Parts: sequence; C-alpha cells; structure tokens
Amino acid sequence: MGFPHPSHPSETPLLSEHFGNPAARSLTTWRSLGGYQALERALGMEPSAIVAIVKESGLRGRGGAGFPTGMKWSFMKPGDGKPHYLCCNADESEPGTFKDREIMRWTPHALIEGCAIGAYAIGAETCYIYIRGEFTEPLRAMDAAVREAYAAGILGANAMGTGKRVDVHVHKGAGAYICGEETALMNSLEGRRGNPRIKPPFPAVAGLFGKPTTINNVETLAAVPHILNRGAEWYKSMSLSSPKSAGTKLFSVCGNVAKPGNYEVVLGFPFKDFLYDVCGGPLPGRTFKAVIPGGSSVPIQTMAEAEATRMDYEGFVEQGSMLGSGGVIVFDDDQCMVKLIARLARFYAHESCAQCTQCREGTAWVTRILERIEAGGGTMDDLDTLLNLSENMTGKTICVLSDSCAAPVVSGIQKFRDEFEAHITGKRCPMGARAAA
Amino acid sequence: MTVDEKGSAAAAERAPHGANGGHPHQEDYEPVFTGEVRRELDELLTRYPTRMAALLPALWMVQHERGWVSEAAMAEVAEVLRLTPAYVKGVVTFYTMYHQHPVGQHFIQVCTTSPCGACGAEEVVKAFLEHTGCGELGLTSPDGRYTVIEVECLGACGFATPVMVNDEFIESVTPARVPELLAELR
Repeated sequence: MGFPHPSHPSETPLLSEHFGNPAARSLTTWRSLGGYQALERALGMEPSAIVAIVKESGLRGRGGAGFPTGMKWSFMKPGDGKPHYLCCNADESEPGTFKDREIMRWTPHALIEGCAIGAYAIGAETCYIYIRGEFTEPLRAMDAAVREAYAAGILGANAMGTGKRVDVHVHKGAGAYICGEETALMNSLEGRRGNPRIKPPFPAVAGLFGKPTTINNVETLAAVPHILNRGAEWYKSMSLSSPKSAGTKLFSVCGNVAKPGNYEVVLGFPFKDFLYDVCGGPLPGRTFKAVIPGGSSVPIQTMAEAEATRMDYEGFVEQGSMLGSGGVIVFDDDQCMVKLIARLARFYAHESCAQCTQCREGTAWVTRILERIEAGGGTMDDLDTLLNLSENMTGKTICVLSDSCAAPVVSGIQKFRDEFEAHITGKRCPMGARAAA
Repeated sequence: MTVDEKGSAAAAERAPHGANGGHPHQEDYEPVFTGEVRRELDELLTRYPTRMAALLPALWMVQHERGWVSEAAMAEVAEVLRLTPAYVKGVVTFYTMYHQHPVGQHFIQVCTTSPCGACGAEEVVKAFLEHTGCGELGLTSPDGRYTVIEVECLGACGFATPVMVNDEFIESVTPARVPELLAELR
C-alpha cells in the first residue's frame, strides 16, 4: 500500500505497510496480519528482557531528540513500590511533520500494541496516549481501536488472559504546540496549563502525577512490536550507514515538491535520491532552493548541503542541520526565504508558553523585526539585532522552544543573507507580486 | 499527601458550592454535568489518580454540549472537579481550542504556517473570508453561520492546505474548492 502515494521501490515499508488500507483499522484484520502476537509474547517475558532487546536493537526516539529507547526504559527502576506511567506523545505539532497522524489513522492497533508492550516493560499498568485536539480523525480511530482492544480482553485487568493489568487511555489535547514538550505534556495531562517543567527531576524520577514516567513518541512505540517479532539483530541490521542509526524512519515531505506525503526508508538513505527520485523532485519548471529536513525547529539546509546528506542522526548534523522529527519542508525558487522565516517566527511567538522571558520577548521581537524587513522597512543593523537576539534565546530557557525559533532565523541569515540584504537595500520584497501574493 | 491533593482539598473548602459569585446557580444557567454527561465524567474519573486530570476532558464535554465555554460553565467545572473558578479559567485561556465566546455555526480554521504558506494557504483564507461574508478573521458572519480564523500548523502539511470545519478535517483545499465546500455545509 502506501498513502497518499503507492510505496516507492526504494522504500522499506514497515510502519507504513498498511497506510491507505481502511480495513487495517479493525481488530479482526489487524490480528490476521499478525497483530498482538508480540504483545502476547512480551507479557510472558521478564520486563527486563524486553528492555534488553530494545536496547540491543539500536532503536532511538523518533520524536526529535533521538535518545536510545531501551536506555530510556532502563531508567525506570523496577520494584520501587511506586506506580509507573507511560505517556505516548501524540501531540504531533512540529510544522512539516505528519507521520504520527498517519500511524494513528491507518494502524491504530499498531500503536496500542507498542504502548502495551512499552508499559509492561517499564513496570507501568497505565499508558496515556496524549493526542493533539486537532487530530479528529486519528482520535476517532484510536478511540474505536482502544474500545475494541478492551472488548477483546487485550487490555484491562487481565490483559490477554495473563492476569497482568495493562490500561491504555486516549487523552485529547486542546491546542498548544508546547504540549509536545514532554514535561509540558505531563502538566497538561494533569489538568494544568502546558508549561514545561524544570529538569531535574527527570520524568523517570518524578514525572506524571509525581511518579516515575517514560514518554515515547508514537513512531518509536509503533516500531517495538516489529522488533519483538523479528529480533534485535534484524532491526539493527537495517542501516545504510552507521550502527548508531538503525531501523526505518518515516519522513513527512511537504512544501514545493512534486509528491508530498510520508515515505519510510532505512536510515542512511541518500537525501539527494530521496528528494529527486522518491519524492518526485521539484514541481514542473521549478528548482529546489532550500530544505528544512527535521521539522521547523532545525536549521535550514542549502541544496548543496541537502544533496550531500545521509539520512541518519549523524548525517544531518554533518550537513548543518538535524534529523529531528523527520518533517522535510522543501522550498523552491518561487519562495521568499525572508517571508517564510518570518512566518515561522510568528508560529513560535504564538506558541510560546510565555514562562521564560527570553522566549516570550525574544520570539515576539524576532517576529516583528523579520516582518519589518519583509515589508521593506528593515535596516542592516536589524540583521545584527536578529543574530544577537537569537543568541540570547539559545540555551537559556526551561525548554527548547526559544532555541527552535532561533534555529531557522540564524541559519536563514547565514545561508540566505543576500535575500535579506536585497529586501533592505531595495526597500521591498525582490520576489515582487509573486511571493507577496 | 501530594501537592495536588492538598490543593484540591483546600479549593473545595474555599468554594464549597460555587459560593464565589454563584455562577453555577445563576437562574438562566443549565448545568452541563447532569444525567448521561455526569455519568460519562464519572467513568472518565476512574482513569486518573486525581480529579484535576479530568479538567481538559471535562472542558471538552462542556464545549461539545454548549458550543463554547462560558464563565458560568467554568465555575460549574470547578465545582465538579473541586478546583477554583480562577484556576479553571487559567487553564481554559492557555489552550487555543476552547471557545471563550460563542462562534459561528461552522467554525473554520485554515492552516497558514510556513509549509502551507508556501503552497498558497493565504489565498485559501481570502477565499473563505470572501465566500462566507465574514470579511475579517475572527469575526462571525452576519447570519451567524461562519467564523474563519487562521490556525497554526494542523499537522497535515503534506495535504496543503488543511482546513478544519468544527470537528471535520478537510485536506488539500484550494481557493477553487471553497465555494463547493461551503455549499456542502448548507
């Protein structure tokens, strides 16, 4: 299958194999495709053995930070006498990213199975799946699947007849990008404003409801059943580059590209082939100008950088950016970089929780200055002011929203400075009516 | 006792029966949490170790029943969950999806963040403003049918431009499709 395009021969559809197949949403079909076999096996194992397999597989967090999943799980101390919690982060809100949405709307049972295994592995009886409120279709699919799983005895006090309790609950967010930050997500789940918490204490020590908690991304948890079914060695062997980057990764592709959509490739895939072959290249008559490869919070790449990139955790860093969430935003030669960056800054200004001064004031000022430059009213000094503001917004706040606003601003000025200067000297957008439309 | 429990208990003592302004008992206010809705909330409370954790779901239930979250409704939620009205208002105002004022029958949200912006989202916004008669973002059309707002990233960037109409999510909207979409809502 594949959605919205049939899978490309260069793809390795593991998580996306059933995208586009509405039948895969039902428990009956999902079981006929091998669903819940991994959970059944897992519930018969020692939790520590599951953690060891996931550690060995090399699976790293797919939400953005890339932290080794098995290691994260091993921070949860067994037998401490406290309730443990698993939170599944389904608050997918990073501009350019729409992969978790597709996992949930096409294969909700894949996520439930991953959540149940993860919860059991970390000694938790309860997993909350925190889904952003705007995801109405994924919410409906997940709600229905959870009900089916309870009715079939897969979840509940006697999960799969093993006498072990595994509860999975869907929790609906209410519109706040910041709730994708793990400590803000926990505050939101507790019924609070979604302000991030200072770390330490880390969630594994004092997280949700003050209890030891692990937070994992949707895509990370959905990969776990495959690893238990086919083994750590198999997963680890799926790499086109370094052993530090194993497995498949979903990349969401959007912007000015011939075939936007989700594509799943083995880590280490050449980014050039990905952009020009798998995704169909630029729109007719256009050329690519810039790529933001890992969601809007990572630095912008020039095409020279992008075309030299291996698609893995280290490869993107070597070429001036980060893998992040895998949200690939492509801009072509018809776009004004100043305008796009100004609009991104406005996003961060809107989404700042306003807790830290550097972020609350910084995101607003950066937006105002960028919009002034875009409108033709900027000065050369503004560029220095932007870089100075960005420096003061990086590494100085409770969470990284502020840093995320600075990343496209700094990289944009460094790599596309001529476009900023043309706005300032020409006192208008050089793209004229086209980009101003 | 955790901070949570202390807070909730103290809050219950301070405002035992909505005494502060008496919002839930205003004569023209019909409580939301009665009958089936109350049972639904009680079931929901079994999923969490604190009552406060049911706050976002309870506010969703209010909005589902009433179309928006009024101050009186916030006071009722506070009473039901043993919180203070001020606390509930603090949470309501943090999140963008709770309506603090009545909105049009069809609440239209158009994503205009950069990825969609690069694919012509601004033209989609213009088309909605023109064809609904709203004129300006955030205003409700004179017939009360429509409110149009710009929204930050809806998480469907590969389907530019995504638009939400109440709970319905519509992908790949172009300015040309707008009149036909609005006709379907009538």
